[in-house]
Amino acid sequence: MAMHEVSLIESVIALVEQERAKQDFARVFAIRLRIGALGHAEPDALRFCFDAVTHGTVAEGSRLEIEMVPGEGWCADCGKTVLLAERFAACPVCGGRHVRMTGGDSLRMVEMEVE
Amino acid sequence: MCTVCGCGTARVADAPVGPTMRAHTHGQDHAHPHGDHAHVHATPAIDFGTGLAGVSIPGLSQQRTIAIERDILAMNAEYAEANRTRLRETGVFALNLVSSPGSGKTALLVRLATALKARWPIAVIEGDQQTSNDAERIRATGVTAVQINTGKGCHLDAHMIGHALEQLPLAGGLLFIENVGNLVCPAAFDLGEACKVVVLSVTEGEDKPLKYPDMFAAADLMLLNKSDLLPHLDFDVAACLAAARRVNPQIEILAVSARTGEGLASVLAWIEGRAIAAGGSTVKAE
Repeated sequence: MAMHEVSLIESVIALVEQERAKQDFARVFAIRLRIGALGHAEPDALRFCFDAVTHGTVAEGSRLEIEMVPGEGWCADCGKTVLLAERFAACPVCGGRHVRMTGGDSLRMVEMEVE
Repeated sequence: MCTVCGCGTARVADAPVGPTMRAHTHGQDHAHPHGDHAHVHATPAIDFGTGLAGVSIPGLSQQRTIAIERDILAMNAEYAEANRTRLRETGVFALNLVSSPGSGKTALLVRLATALKARWPIAVIEGDQQTSNDAERIRATGVTAVQINTGKGCHLDAHMIGHALEQLPLAGGLLFIENVGNLVCPAAFDLGEACKVVVLSVTEGEDKPLKYPDMFAAADLMLLNKSDLLPHLDFDVAACLAAARRVNPQIEILAVSARTGEGLASVLAWIEGRAIAAGGSTVKAE
């Protein structure tokens, strides 16, 4: 399986464990991630491997919630901030090719619900 | 499997010096030294004994939300920075070679190592899912190589590189890291290298930079390999260069043939120029 999403979920579990060292909890109910549409992670692949990777960890049985952040860029041709559907797309306003990605590549763990 | 750092899934095989790494458990908070860059595993054990198995803690049963707000790859970034610091302090200029399988990364490395070893101390880290074949090809040139087998892993990460660096005599010069052949996953993992070099061979499609933009966007240099085959193919070089520059206007592009050596001089000049500019000391003493 060539999916770096497995590694990403392992990294999420490591962050959960780091937090557990600071404040004790016995169970994780939900984990919320913020994933950029132009980033390196495929949300479906994250969901696909989540149960398998969390099995046997403190996060076993928890719910994965993914908040998607749309891609955003700044067009040097028309000077507008625009939504980007893909990383190197042309400007949807003026058709210019000089759009610099300014957002939408995040890979963040936002919060979790615990008990 | 160690979910903190992946130690259990990757192993450093056939180390030229020192003991072979064994997977180690992270049983408790501890710092373990990686040669001269001690890094701290601040993460506690993943305790398989607790969790869902009927544990209840009186007074702590109230469900609550904990804000984390951290980059998922924060820990890889910490390992990468430790590697980068260690490489800088030892005067080593490191390149991370990425490509799809079969583009000729190892053949290129054999050429580069052979051409550069008289002038620079050189070491190579080879990443593959299985086998030490590539490290053996490098060692046949007389250059030190460490093989990392990632098992099921589809990329090298910074922690694996930290372990591999322990096995190398780091005293200036050049370090080539050959990543697992994969144009997707390695783009996300900083290893602590100075530059990524993406290799694309002319037997692949010229639109590959558009299909796998993350990798080409992250690279400083693209090597168009197997250029000796161009007369026999319909490969459109101009379209390929345009595709690469569309995803990365700053990318530098050199055509090369690892088989014939055509274009090699420009690649050597690029590497040595960058290494010297980076303060990469240490042209090998005669």
